[in-house]
Parts: sequence; structure tokens; C-alpha cells
Amino acid sequence: MNTILFEDHPQPLLKRLRWQDWLYALILCAGALFAYQQYGAYMDAYEKTFLIGAALGFSYLGWQWKPMRLLIIGIGIISLFAIQLYQADLARADHAFLLKFLISSQSAIMWMNVLFVLAMLTYWFALFRRSEFSGKVATSLTWAAVLMGFVGLMVRWYESYLIAPDVGHIPISNLYEVFVLFCLITALLYLYYERRYETRQLGGFVLLVINAAVGFILWYTFDRQANAIQPLVPALQSYWMKIHVPANFIGYGAFSLAAMVGSAYLLAERGILASRLPKLEVLDDVMYKAIAVGFAFFTIATILGAMWAAEAWGGYWSWDPKETWALIVWLNYAAWLHLRLVKGLRGSMLAWWALVGLLVTTFAFLGVNMFLSGLHSYGTL
Amino acid sequence: MFVLNELFQIDYALKPQSSNSRRLYELLSSMRFAVSLLTVLGIASIIGTVLKQNEPYPNYVIKFGQFWFDLFEKLGLYDVYHSVWFLVILVFLVLSTSLCIYRNSPLMLRELRAYREGATEKSLRAFGHRASYTVAATAEARARIVQFLGQRGFRFKTVQQADGSELIAAKAGSYQRLGYILTHTAIVVICVGGLIDGNVPFKVQELLGYKKVETLDIPENEVPAISRLSVRNLSFRANMTLPEGASSNVSFMRIRDGYLVQELPFRIQLKQFRIEHYATGQPKSFESDLLIIDPDLKEPLAHTISVNHPLIYKGIAIYQSDFQDGGTKLDFNAYGLFGANDQPIKVQSNIFKNVTLGEGDQALKVEFNDFRLFNILNLSPDGKGKPHNVGPNITYKVRDAQGQAREYVSYMQPLQLDGRRYFVTGMRATPQDELKYLRIPADEDYSLQGFMRLRATMFDPSLHEEIARRFTQDAMGDKADPDMRKKFQASVVQLLQGFDAGGYTRIAKMIEDAVPEPQREKAAQTYLKIISGATLEAYKLGLERAGLKAGELDSNTQIFLQESLNAMSDLFFYGAPFYLQLDEFQQRQASGLQLTRSPGKNLVYGGSVLLVLGIFAMIYIRERRIWMLIKPTHEVLFTMSANRKNRDLDMEFEQYREQLRRLLQSE
Repeated sequence: MNTILFEDHPQPLLKRLRWQDWLYALILCAGALFAYQQYGAYMDAYEKTFLIGAALGFSYLGWQWKPMRLLIIGIGIISLFAIQLYQADLARADHAFLLKFLISSQSAIMWMNVLFVLAMLTYWFALFRRSEFSGKVATSLTWAAVLMGFVGLMVRWYESYLIAPDVGHIPISNLYEVFVLFCLITALLYLYYERRYETRQLGGFVLLVINAAVGFILWYTFDRQANAIQPLVPALQSYWMKIHVPANFIGYGAFSLAAMVGSAYLLAERGILASRLPKLEVLDDVMYKAIAVGFAFFTIATILGAMWAAEAWGGYWSWDPKETWALIVWLNYAAWLHLRLVKGLRGSMLAWWALVGLLVTTFAFLGVNMFLSGLHSYGTL
Repeated sequence: MFVLNELFQIDYALKPQSSNSRRLYELLSSMRFAVSLLTVLGIASIIGTVLKQNEPYPNYVIKFGQFWFDLFEKLGLYDVYHSVWFLVILVFLVLSTSLCIYRNSPLMLRELRAYREGATEKSLRAFGHRASYTVAATAEARARIVQFLGQRGFRFKTVQQADGSELIAAKAGSYQRLGYILTHTAIVVICVGGLIDGNVPFKVQELLGYKKVETLDIPENEVPAISRLSVRNLSFRANMTLPEGASSNVSFMRIRDGYLVQELPFRIQLKQFRIEHYATGQPKSFESDLLIIDPDLKEPLAHTISVNHPLIYKGIAIYQSDFQDGGTKLDFNAYGLFGANDQPIKVQSNIFKNVTLGEGDQALKVEFNDFRLFNILNLSPDGKGKPHNVGPNITYKVRDAQGQAREYVSYMQPLQLDGRRYFVTGMRATPQDELKYLRIPADEDYSLQGFMRLRATMFDPSLHEEIARRFTQDAMGDKADPDMRKKFQASVVQLLQGFDAGGYTRIAKMIEDAVPEPQREKAAQTYLKIISGATLEAYKLGLERAGLKAGELDSNTQIFLQESLNAMSDLFFYGAPFYLQLDEFQQRQASGLQLTRSPGKNLVYGGSVLLVLGIFAMIYIRERRIWMLIKPTHEVLFTMSANRKNRDLDMEFEQYREQLRRLLQSE
């Protein structure tokens, strides 16, 4: 009897860890320690906190979601390899073969774009042909795209320091960089739910919104040369940026994911692709989980933004258009959650709402920068 | 705002009463009311982002016309977020949410503590998530169930039923309920903090007539007490512009079309303002060296602030907000653009100081508005080159006796365009226009003098005869018929006079008046050839009169002469009879500081923490209840519920049902 009781018993996290988990955490901590030894003298208290926080946070993330371990180690190895290839000379991005065609930041991001496009096509193919194998290929392509995208950002971070030490900064400071970040975070959130719900049928939908962003990145690169690394304006030179921006994009990514799942829900409800898509209640559940995650992070991001604004602009709330639209997005999803959690509403109404919510979110993200002027003018087109 | 829709909902709702105050209370604390408020708030916020806020009022009049301007002003649309109605909505939101918390918290807390051990077998059998097992020994089963529940984080209470069965009522994740209370309390706390830091105290004083916005542009010390806020003012957000070397102990709050003076408990002096640049020319940092002068301090406190690094002194945060010119000293060479004088006069002024040039009706007032040391421009013809610093420029207005002003933007150093250098000044008659640029070619010494000498020669009526004579000589040689020569010379003089009176436009007019349509094209070509020939003579004559030797006449000179002619013709559209060339300057900058006191900040931050905790509690803690009814008939009834019916509950129930089956039916 006791065996049954204990077999069924949910083990605490630490007891579930295997040696690979410990090795992974050890590598991360060793890396952080090495970085601290090498560059500790140039870091302020916040940066040291971030370093320790990153080692612990990513360890935990990897423990909770095993594929993360491989991804992070992979990003680390390839990025370090690319950095070696540079030999501290930016011009080698155009000469060294591997850099030029594979892992300079520009090439890696291009590979990310290509892989996302391929992944989307494969997901749709898998959906129509009901092919499990193609689905697995699509998942691998998505993981590869995420890997290349993060390598691209990492290398770009390094490249910015090669331009000039005072130019160096984390690559989440302009529209081009955050679009890459958006693709990566949305894809990661999707991959998480894909595994959690054991369904690959939603990939095609979610990758639609990611590929819209890819299209934007391509246009922005070729038409506007926006891929050039620009130094930071004084207002952005703050440690707040490192947490405010990613938190925000987890929010945006999750809301976009929810909207795409919402669209799948609406199609399935009308009998379109219904036999191929997961059950309605699963779609509904994914949509809810995504919005819940997005809402939590968007709240944190907005609060962090307010704290940063208090330091940079002289007030935690200035009714700047970006702030105001963040509030509107927040109210929108607060209402969504209220209706679901408190009123118990389900179904197509919420799916439509999630879809319309994406429009509101997109406006807050892009439209404000394009049409309205204000303090948040870093991301103007 | 809380509505509970669950199976075991006990009707805690207040008994309906007919009194008006009760109905008002019901309305204010209802979710519908709060949602309506939030919707109005959302729409109002959108208006505030679409309509640019806090612009100078004349801009709105231009944009909307007088009728709509007045209407929008009455509605407070130019400062939505500080308008009375917006604040009233916020106050109602606070009120509504507070009442909601007051009304529902007791219920929530009761729910949090309750085990609902009063459930009857009948009601349990009506559950959707229900399973039953047959066990060998009830005591053994009970022990296993207790262990099972404990391991899964369920707390429970057991009750003996009248029929001898035993009910175990268990629950987990009750703190989800706390999430509701935390989030809603957070909203109230944040709003209250925001209202304290907003201008509610001022709004109230304004409504009661204690304070009034000053709309006149008068010196600070003449602003009456009714428009001044004392150092005791609890919260404010004001601005101060300090030129280098200056100090001040007041700041200004812009409100609608006027301002208030906010007094400070100390004096701030600006020692120096600095802008650092990246190698590419973009600004890297803005810094102000400040000195805080306060009788409470033994000696002044020196501190450097920069963007993202404010100084907080006596609860007042001092931010680097912007910068402008603080009265840079300027030395100009002022060249007359018409008439025979090519020598400039010296003009001295500084930014924000006006100078009058000319006399009587012709007097023009020059208002110097701005000086910029760095100007990063991309001057490559295809726009693909790298932007670079082209040196200082000044912005000034030239106002005539009627009060009409034109705006000029003039670059100090010649700019390189298509490989040649030009002195460039932009001009516009109204702020809505694009700048139109006058490009004067620089001479070999990169100076204006070459052009000015040529211009003075060309525009000197007493020299027209001589230029014409030389040109005729060159063009016709000695052999020509004296009559022809005379006639030709006279027409050259006529052309020179025409050009002197109005440039190419005037020449075109002359052709239109004198030449029949079919020959105009040909005549124009001839005239232009004559004028450019005469210009070469004027160029040589000018050099001769200045006692200079003409250099080699190469293609460079040709281009210089042609472009000088174009520039001379453009002078007639320049709008001012003089050209101001910045010769020297002594920069003085002013730093724009923002001063805030926001006691509500801690409330807002505290509220934010509550909000995040509440949201996580609401979303990630799942409240679940389990009832196990152990009957003397060896039946064990297992039922489960959650206040949120969703997939998680279904899955967890399935899991538990299977686990319990194995647990209870194994020996």
C-alpha cells in the first residue's frame, strides 16, 4: 500500500532532479563565476545581481522545462565560438567564412528568419497531411530558429562592444532588436505549450504571427538598414532596460500566442480544420493559460516601466501615449480574465476578444511609435 | 465586483431593501458600475493619446478653428488626465472598488477558512466530479485517505454524520481568494497614491478660488501670491531652466495655457552643463553640475545629475530633463545684400537678445532664438553617406515694423554639398512652411568675401557702364561699327540694371514685355549669355578695385560665377536686406531641470507589489475542494470541485480517481 501511496506522491522538485540537471546548473554557475572573475571589476551592483540572477533563474527554468537546458548550453557554445572567430575585429564578420555565412549576428538572424518560415510551412504541411513526422520536423526547425535567433542577439551584443566600448549594450534597445526578441519569446512560449499539451497542430497558427514579425524584420533590414547597431541615447542607459523590455515582450508574445490560438478556436468551432485541431476545451485552456502568463508579465513590465520612468523622466506616470496604451492593454486583458474567472465565461466570445486584443496590443507596441509622439520615441519607424 | 458562481454558493447577498442609500450602495459597489467607469476611463485615455496634450493654445486654435477650440477647451480635452471629469471618474473608481472590497472581503475570508463540512450526501451525489469505491475496512481506508490528502497539500476537517458515516472535507489553494482581495486593494492603493501625486490638491484649491493659473508672461517676482504654491505644497512636478552660472529657488508648473510658480525650500545653481557625444556624433550623456544652496547646509552641496541619475534632496527629486541655449554671445558680420558696399558691419548680440538693424520704417528687429553647437546632418546627395557634424548654427527671426516675422536658420561654416562649399541659410515666412535655402558659394578662401565683392560690383549702378564697356570690348573687338557697339553697350547696361532690380525674374519680365512670343526662347539664351559674360567682367573689375590680382580663370571660377549669379537672383526672395554671418561665439548653455515631490510614490509602489502578489495568487493558486464520505456500508464516495471549472480540474480529478482506486482497493 505504501508503495502505491509513494509512487503516486508528487515528488518535490529537488528530488526529481537527475545528474544532467545538476551538471547543467553547475555549468551555468561556473560560467557566471568566470564572467564575474573576468569582468566583475566593470560591473555595478545591479549587473552583479543580474549575473547571479541569470545563473539561478536559467538553472531553475532548465530544471522545470528540460529542453531549455540544451538550448541554453547550445546558445552558449555557439556564441562563444562565434566570439572566438571575431578575434576582436568587427570586419571579420564579412571575411571569416563561418561568420559571414552562419553566425555573425546578421547571418544568424537571417537564418532564424529562414528557419521560422520553413517551420511554419512544415507545421501547415503536417496539419493538412496529418503527418506526425513532419510535425516533429517542424518542432525541430522552430527550436533551431530560436537557437539561431538567440545566437544572433548574443553575437550582436558582443559586436556592439567591438564598435566601441561605450557603444556596447544589450541588443533590446530598438525596434529591430525587439522584433527579434518578440519572435524568440513567442516561439519559446509556443514550444512550451506544444510539449505541455502534446499537440503540434497549433504551430502553423502561432508561427503566422511570428512570420509577420519576420517579414517586418526583413523589410526593416533591407529597406531601412535598421540592422545597424546604434549607440544608446542617454535615456536608455539604465539597468531597468534589461528587465523592463524582456518582461514586456513576454507579455506581448503571450498575448499574440493567445490570439492565434483564439483564431484556431474560432475556425474549429465553425468546423474548419476541426478534425485536425485539438479539442475546443484544449484550445480554450491554452488561450487562457497564455493570457494569464502574458497578463502577469505585462503587469510586472508596466510596473518596472513606471519605476524606470520615475528615475528617467521624473514621474512614475506621465500619461505618455505609450504608458496610456499599456494601461489600455492591461485593462483589456484584466477585463478578459475577469469575465473568464469571475463570470465563468467561455467560448467564442473570449476567442474573438483575444483576437481583437492582439490589435490593441499591436497598436500599443507599434502603432503608438508610428502615429503618436511621446517620450517613448526610441522605437520610431 | 466579485461574483461567485459555484455549486455551494451560500447566499450572502444583502437582503433587498428599498431605501435609496441602499440602492446607491448596491450600484456603486457593483461590477457593472466599475466596468462602465473603466470603459469611460479607457476611452478618455485614448482621446488623450490621439489629441496631443498640453500644446500651446494657439496651436489648437489653428488646428481646429475657434468654435471647436472653445468646445474642446470646455471639455478639458487639452489636458484630459488632469481635467475635473477625469479625476472624478478616478475618484469614483476608488470609491467603487473600495465598496466592493468592503462588501465582499468578509465573504472571501469566510470562504478562505471554510471547509464546507456541512455538505450532505445528497448534494455530494449531484457532483459532476464524483467516484465511489468499495473498501474492505473503513478505518484502514480513512487512514489512507488522510495520508493521501496530506501528501497533496490538502487540509481537512472530519465530521461524523448522523447515519454513522464520516465526512472528510478537504481544501487546498485557499489563498487564491486572497488574490482577489490583494488585487483590488492594490488598485485602490495605486489610485490613491496617484491622486495624491496628481494635481488634485491644486484642483480643489482652484475650484474654491484659493489659487489661479497665471497666464501673463511676467517676471517671476511679479507673479501674485494667488498663483504661487508655497514650499509646503505636498506634491508637485515642476520645471526650471537654469543658464550656466545662474541660480534660482522657484520652479514653474505649466497648467493649461498658463503656469504656477512653485517655491522651493532651497536654491539651485548650475555650474556647468555638458553634452558628451559618441564618435558618430549622437549624444551620449547630458550632465549638469549643480550646487544646492540651503541655509540648513554648512556649505553648498555639489552634485552632478544626469539622465537616469537624479538627485533627491529634502524629498524633492531633481532630474535632468532637457537643455537649451542660455544666452550664447554672438558676433556677426552683417553684409548688406543690395547696394554697392561689400564690407560687413560688426553686430554683437546674444541669444534671447534683440538687435535692430536699419532705421525708421525700414528698421528690422532681429530676435536671436537658438544656438546649436553640433548639427549632425547627412549631406550626401543620395542620402546614403554617413551623417556628420557640420558645425554650429543659429536660429533667428527678422521682424518688420508691421510685426511680420521670418525665421532664419544659418550655418556658421560653409557646408560641403556635391563636393563644393556653400554658406547656407534657410528661411521661412511661417512656422508651417518648409525652410527654403539660400546657398552662397564660398570663395577660394572658404569665405563670403568673394561673393560679396562680386555682388557689390554687379549691384553698383555707377559701375554698370564700365562693365558694359569692357564686355562690349571683349565681345566685339575693335573693328565693330561704333553705332552697333553703342547700341550693344546700352542693352548690356539695361540688362545689368534689370538684374540689379530683380534678378532673373526681372529679366524674364523684360523679355516678356519686349520680345514677341516666338523669339523669346532665343532671346532668353542670348540675354543669359550676356549676363554671365558681364558677370565675368564684374568679377575682374571687383578684384581690380580691391587691388587684388585675378587668378587663373578656370572651370572652378566659371562655376563660382554661375552659382554666384543664381545666389544673387535668389537674394530677391531672401526676405531680408542683410546677411548675418556668425563670426564668433561664446557658448552659454542652460539646463532644463524637472523637480518633483511625490509622496504618493511609495503608496503606488506598495500597491504594485500587492497587485503582482494578487495576480499570481489569483492565476496560479488553484482552489480545490475534496469531500470523502466514508459510509458504514464500506462505500467511499469521492467528490471534487473547484471554484473554476476548467481542464486542470478534470485532469486532476482523473488522476486522483485512479490513484484512489489503487490506494483504496489494494490490500
